Amino acid sequence: MSWLDYFRAARKDEPPPSASAAKERLQIVLAHERIGRTREDFLPRLQQELVAVVARYVAIDPGKVKLDLDRGGDMSTLAIEIELPAPTPGRQAAAG
Amino acid sequence: MAQVIVVTSGKGGVGKTTTSAAFATGLAQRGKKTVVIDFDVGLRNLDLIMGVERRVVFDIVNVIQGEARLNQALIRDKRVDTLAILPASQTRDKDALTREGVSTIIEELSADFDYILCDSPAGIEKGALLALYFADQAIVVTNPEVSSVRDSDRILGVLQSKSKRAEEKKDKVKEHLLVTRYDPNRVERGEMLKLEDVREILAIPLLGVVPENESVLKASNTGTPVIMDTESVAGQAYKDAVGRFLGEDLPHRFLEPDKKPGLFRRLFGGRAA
Ligand SMILES: Nc1ncnc2c1ncn2[C@@H]1O[C@H](COP(=O)(O)OP(=O)(O)O)[C@@H](O)[C@H]1O
Ligand SMILES: [Mg+2]
Repeated sequence: MSWLDYFRAARKDEPPPSASAAKERLQIVLAHERIGRTREDFLPRLQQELVAVVARYVAIDPGKVKLDLDRGGDMSTLAIEIELPAPTPGRQAAAG
Repeated sequence: MAQVIVVTSGKGGVGKTTTSAAFATGLAQRGKKTVVIDFDVGLRNLDLIMGVERRVVFDIVNVIQGEARLNQALIRDKRVDTLAILPASQTRDKDALTREGVSTIIEELSADFDYILCDSPAGIEKGALLALYFADQAIVVTNPEVSSVRDSDRILGVLQSKSKRAEEKKDKVKEHLLVTRYDPNRVERGEMLKLEDVREILAIPLLGVVPENESVLKASNTGTPVIMDTESVAGQAYKDAVGRFLGEDLPHRFLEPDKKPGLFRRLFGGRAA
């Protein structure tokens, strides 16, 4: 390291220690992976089935389904955003 | 009956081969009849780290395929007479190792040795699975770094589900955590996971902590297992770990950072080794 780097490193605007972020991220991801080891992770199937239920009532474009999963420590959230088509007069339900 | 110990990690480059060489040598120095097997078929390296690369004639694949007898393939160490090495093949592919073949070899070695160490390849594929399949005990080598810790956790799951002991519903494989390449200075600066964090996350008994140390590279340059460098901190840390493995109650050392170098040293001096 050059002597200039020394002054750069000594400046007070260093980022906060990253080790605590490492620990937190590991604890969360491993909690989920350990569950997956003993039984199958149900979230992918839950997503599929929920979308299938909606498709029974409205014709949806599979390209317009947005899935957002956030695995957290205490709680995970699964957000499914399905864009419903504008109502077409004379049409009751999706064809299938 | 010999105890079969796998040195494993999931992730590559964390120090499995360094540990296998040091641990096997350490056990042998304590009078235990020890053989260390390289399971990294295609990427043989244990021979270099042990300094026996020029004496390899046959390898484990030759034995499995009946081209050589086990005794012809075993290399007896010239420094420690209770130590032997069974090299991996450099030219064959991984499929040359079969479970039946390895089983026969381990059975045969069991009659002559106290400890059979298996140096696992990286990954959780065939070679790694075979290296851990027959294990009674596992040394899980982990660096204080997110991907290494995650892979160690994964390999612990594999030990608990895919080892012979798991399949036969016997007592589970005894697990030991060995944290290597630990840098107390970086831990102090908050750049590296603390030992306590790694222990808390993996939650298996701690066998030892080997600091990041230049002596490991030097030892590999000369083909001397680092445990033979009795002056080095890594060598001493491995020696302690072997002692603990054999039931001794030894405090963990080398966990504290060096004294802060003065401004002058930081500006003009080299790094302390
Ligand atoms: N305690 C340590 N300090 C410094 N370097 C180390 C240490 N342990 C291992 N290394 C280095 O890390 C690299 C990978 O080690 P190796 O034992 O071959 O890992 P693996 O068998 O898990 O792939 C090697 O270059 C080795 O010299
Ligand atoms: Mg290796």
